[in-house]
Amino acid sequence: MSATPLQRIGAMVFKEVRQMLRDRGTVGMMLVMPLMQLMIFGYAINNDPRGLPMAIERGDNSVFARSIDAALRNTTYFKVTELVETPGAGDELLQNGKVQFVVTIPADFGRDLVRGRRPQLLVTADATDPAATGPALSAIGDAVGTALGHDLIGPLAARAAGQSPVELVLHRSYNPEGITSHNVVPGLLAIVLSMTMVMLTALSVTREVEQGTMENLLATPLRPFEVMVGKIVPYLGIGVVQLTVILLAARFLFQVPFAGPLPLLLGSTLLFMITSLGLGFTLSTLAQSQLQAMQMSFFYILPSVLLSGFAFPYRGMPVWAQTLAEVLPTTHFIRLVRGVMLKGWGLIDALPEMGVLAGMLVVLGILAVRRYQDTVA
Amino acid sequence: MTDDLVIDVRGLTKRFGGRTVVDAVDLGVARGRICGFLGPNGSGKTTTLRMICGLLIPDAGEGTVLGQDLKTRRSAIKARVGYMTQKFGLFSDLTIAENLEFFARVHGLPRRRERVAEALEKLGLATRSDQLAGKLSGGWKQRLALAACVLHDPEILLLDEPTAGVDPQARREFWDQIHGLAADGMTVLVSTHYMDEAERCHEIAYIAYGRMLARGSIAEVVAGSGLKALQGEGHLPDGTGADRLAAAIEARPGVAMAAPFGTALHVCGPDMAALHEAVAPWADTIHFREASPSLEDVFIHLMRGAEDNSVVVHQ
Repeated sequence: MSATPLQRIGAMVFKEVRQMLRDRGTVGMMLVMPLMQLMIFGYAINNDPRGLPMAIERGDNSVFARSIDAALRNTTYFKVTELVETPGAGDELLQNGKVQFVVTIPADFGRDLVRGRRPQLLVTADATDPAATGPALSAIGDAVGTALGHDLIGPLAARAAGQSPVELVLHRSYNPEGITSHNVVPGLLAIVLSMTMVMLTALSVTREVEQGTMENLLATPLRPFEVMVGKIVPYLGIGVVQLTVILLAARFLFQVPFAGPLPLLLGSTLLFMITSLGLGFTLSTLAQSQLQAMQMSFFYILPSVLLSGFAFPYRGMPVWAQTLAEVLPTTHFIRLVRGVMLKGWGLIDALPEMGVLAGMLVVLGILAVRRYQDTVA
Repeated sequence: MTDDLVIDVRGLTKRFGGRTVVDAVDLGVARGRICGFLGPNGSGKTTTLRMICGLLIPDAGEGTVLGQDLKTRRSAIKARVGYMTQKFGLFSDLTIAENLEFFARVHGLPRRRERVAEALEKLGLATRSDQLAGKLSGGWKQRLALAACVLHDPEILLLDEPTAGVDPQARREFWDQIHGLAADGMTVLVSTHYMDEAERCHEIAYIAYGRMLARGSIAEVVAGSGLKALQGEGHLPDGTGADRLAAAIEARPGVAMAAPFGTALHVCGPDMAALHEAVAPWADTIHFREASPSLEDVFIHLMRGAEDNSVVVHQ
């Protein structure tokens, strides 16, 4: 009796299912990946972000200024986090990324309004991410109109009729034309580097284990630290090549502005590359095989792309997603690249994010060295 | 035996999870000796070798390798020991020469190029030095692996089943090389499953279920087992050979084991008189003569004894 094709296929199916179930990484991928994507796409990502942080720089204390203030606080689009009175204080908050909008109500705003002089209301938006600013800007106009509509009553009702009683001046900082590539290209540097650095390192160490060469390496006088550094250095070289290509493309193909100092960008990139390599190394000490290492890197790269602020506005995400994003080195590096390239950050502006990356590097370094033993088991 | 024990470990123990893989193993090997390390699969040979070369830290026990403490001086030991892993452990995507160069660099050998060229010449691979190591056949891989782990002139060579899957001629050449190295003062500890290889060693150590069961020269180990043997040859009335009696004779009292060899039968037991009595019913047609037990007999006997012990322990 020979087996029918169906029996033979059945034998294969049986074997495959057994092997698949035994492979925890694959089962994890199958179950966790869709859940993760559901969560991120369903809940975390929001193309119409709300609750964007705003500062109001109020040079005028009239009833009108106060009611604009109140109206802005009432919209769901904004969360007024800062109220400042010194001129220029709002710009500083915008520069270091504390807020995304600054609404400046100039001195004598109320008086000019009453006199029908159409005072200016200045809205400054951080347009490094044009997608995040678009819908919010029209909301400001609406809020101001509504607020003044309530106040311009009685003898002032004439001011509300016809032409808008205030002149809304919009200033898109850092990316006045709202060009998407100015936002995407610097972000891409972070994504490309995290993909290659993390995945290459994770794979390279597990490959030694899988092919049985690790045992030979460990039997030589090579120390764990030396193996680590020796493995990392060539990848740094690859990272430098990638950095050069992307920067040249940013400059000559996409005409992305480069406002900050180049050495600062190079320094932060080096820091980020080493942190990513450390992460890859740590993953490799956890993975049993190259396949697992690949799967683990995937679990890192997917949220890095989606949550870091690269593909979708960071501000539009709920708190849990933002918290998750804070743990990813990519999030901090994206802020650094955009800060230096578009906002012209100097060392002082960059220090907080660089500090976070350095902290991550220390933690990962300790983890990697601790996990990576110079013994085989 | 001299006092110059380059490997001198006592009570070496290693546990993985709750399982004791190596249990209080003592082992001393003098300089320039070739010690065969034998035992069934999973008996703890590889684990013991790894502890000796510093790849594993023993859970208990102590000792020195080349006078260096096994637990605290692992780096110093690694520099002076060559370890050839069971699985081919060189880089298959590097060429033969690149592999050797890598190990020469790691050990910081002076005159690197000459050393590598010499090794290639000695291997007979000089003309193929640009070939990828992964493309070599099994026998060549094994020779290359050996060349890589003796490149730094280690004082101790640890070989973990180096000749598994290698053809007889390559095996013989391999062993000639090992004897050459030992003659120059290198101490060799080699694990193997092959009895003919065990017989090429100066001394043997037999380990089963993590315990050292026999130690010494082959004659000492055979004598120490107290095993006696009979060799039966001839034909049964139906024309078949003595080998057909294996099961029947093994079931008789006083017989430890009966194994067919071709048409002959090899019968072992602890007592010669009892053996003669056991084969008596067939003695008229089969001629049984006294023989010396083989190393294999001794090992199988030891292993069965050890198995019995382990069962008792678990109860």
